[in-house]
Amino acid sequence: MSADYVTGEHPISTTAERQAVVATTGAAPDSDWVIVTRGLKREYDMGGEIVRALRGVDVAIRRNEYVAIMGPSGSGKSTLMNLIGCLDTPNEGEYWLNGQLVSEMSDDQLARVRNKEIGFVFQTFNLLPRATALHNVELPLVYAGVSATERRERAQEALARVQLGDRVHHKPNELSGGQRQRVAIARALVNRPSILLADEPTGNLDSTTSEEIMRVFETLATSGQTVIMVTHEADIAAHAKRVVVLRDGLIASDDRRSAFKAQAGL
Amino acid sequence: MPILEAVRLALNTIRAQKLKSSFTLLGVTIGVMFLIAVVSIVEGMSKYMEEDFAGRLLGVNTFTLKRFPWFENNVTEEMWKEWQRRPRVYYSDLQSVTEVLPSNTRYAVESQDNERASSAYARSREVEAHAVDGDYFTIKNYELTSGRLFTQRELEMGTPVMVVGSEVATHFFPNLDPLGRELRVGGIPYTVVGVLKKQGSLFGLSLDKIVLAPYHSPLHRLTNPRGDIDGIIVQAPTAMAMDDAMESVRELMRGKRRLRPGQPDNFAMETSASALSFFEKLKGMLLIIGTALPAIGLVVGGMVIMNIMLVAVAERTREIGIRKSLGARRRDILAQFLIEAATLSTLGAIIGIGLGVAIAELLDALTPLPARVAPWSVVMATLLGTVVGIVSGVYPARRASRLDPIAALRQE
Repeated sequence: MSADYVTGEHPISTTAERQAVVATTGAAPDSDWVIVTRGLKREYDMGGEIVRALRGVDVAIRRNEYVAIMGPSGSGKSTLMNLIGCLDTPNEGEYWLNGQLVSEMSDDQLARVRNKEIGFVFQTFNLLPRATALHNVELPLVYAGVSATERRERAQEALARVQLGDRVHHKPNELSGGQRQRVAIARALVNRPSILLADEPTGNLDSTTSEEIMRVFETLATSGQTVIMVTHEADIAAHAKRVVVLRDGLIASDDRRSAFKAQAGL
Repeated sequence: MPILEAVRLALNTIRAQKLKSSFTLLGVTIGVMFLIAVVSIVEGMSKYMEEDFAGRLLGVNTFTLKRFPWFENNVTEEMWKEWQRRPRVYYSDLQSVTEVLPSNTRYAVESQDNERASSAYARSREVEAHAVDGDYFTIKNYELTSGRLFTQRELEMGTPVMVVGSEVATHFFPNLDPLGRELRVGGIPYTVVGVLKKQGSLFGLSLDKIVLAPYHSPLHRLTNPRGDIDGIIVQAPTAMAMDDAMESVRELMRGKRRLRPGQPDNFAMETSASALSFFEKLKGMLLIIGTALPAIGLVVGGMVIMNIMLVAVAERTREIGIRKSLGARRRDILAQFLIEAATLSTLGAIIGIGLGVAIAELLDALTPLPARVAPWSVVMATLLGTVVGIVSGVYPARRASRLDPIAALRQE
């Protein structure tokens, strides 16, 4: 166990460990590491002007970590989230997700990885408006080729996990914001993904509901789910055990929550 | 995604947007509707031809010796001129023709034209007048509801007696028994001796506005004033016997007319088969014309579907983004929109089939057009609907499948 490990808290990788795993370019990381990026670069061509959104990002995240990625707008945190979420591929650098080199994959392979390894939770929930909560949660299983009966069972189970067992046949417009986000969380969890990737999950919610959703994440993290949350709000980021701060496409700091709290004055 | 799942999804989408979907379906529905209606009418006509016309009007194993054929496609001006130069067929030819016919064949003389008839009980009216001889009634399968046929003596003497069609009987003798009453044709009174069983109609032309008198009666001077006849009808017991009889008659006629071996016949021998082949060709033409017009409707319907699907892709960009983020591959999205287009279009086709069948049934019931729904046309129309949907769905579906998930998710 590392020196950083504190009893009663989640395991957090140490800086030294992270530096070691990032340094071995080209090699598949130990299975303990869910995410390892090495020199990740992403540039966009915005009408002739090259925007360098990420300029060489090294991130290593261990299984079971609860990490927040922070940064002001334009810092590259959305780009990093898209890359980690396999919605986009880097121009340069390596991205290893659960032992697979994702940065070299084709569109369809990426779709497979998104389906199996990643559970998305979006700021705007992104539920299908015409589908019931149950059907929304079933969707990832549909694309995974799971049979209809098993799909139903697992979706119901996932909804029960977020305390929505009695709302399965409601459509999104019949649910409150917090309930919608919990449906989205159930959908993200139903395929038992390696990482739960949340993008500003409380951005559209009031503070009470935000707290309720953060408690759901807390419970999931405690039960062993790797959670990565992208946010620009310091008090939301403070729920995580480790906070990565991006600035101008580079990592500005990567530290334990306590250090971040002190820095942010929380 | 399994196909059944995708079809259910497509039906849900259609149900959610009933009005928009029904407008989308309209093109395909109308195209298929007319297709079914037209094919049913053509099919009904040809069935009628095969079952009723050939047997009833021309008779089976029957040929008619004529000056020139009545049912012929693509008659050129030269052909027509040549026909006009041909010698006519006369009653005097009958004697030599019957001599060469085998004993078990029947023959009849046909001489027909439209004439004005009148009676003391009704307004005068045009009827189809036939001056006949030989076994005319047997060959034509005519049966009587009342009265009798001509006697041999009446036929030989040319007695002015008549057998009339059911419509003639009811028009000229309203609420009366026509038997024994007088019907005047060309100023000459004929005594009605028999009434034919109702024949029905062919393409809206009644087959019951008919009067028949012995050939030697004065009627033949009206129907063929030049002294010739329309033709000699010969009926053999079998198809083979008919061919033999035709050969004998051909030889006889060529000899009578002193035709040299290389010269073509200057007379025609028409069979029900040759008349049917004429209608087969006519049917082919009708089908081409009749299906070309609805086909345009289907093309337009396909374009409407393509347009609507493009709108759907634009409207549901976010949905596509969500599905992609959850692991839908390009081919999943492609299949989803293709199946949606195909389902939409097939649904349109099915409604069109229903309406088309209804139109065909209505036409059959209310108009003289005989319409019969052909099962193959229903199968074809359904397939056509599906194909139109798939073809018009390809472009929008490809567009949907190639959307960038990040951009798609960002769309409001």
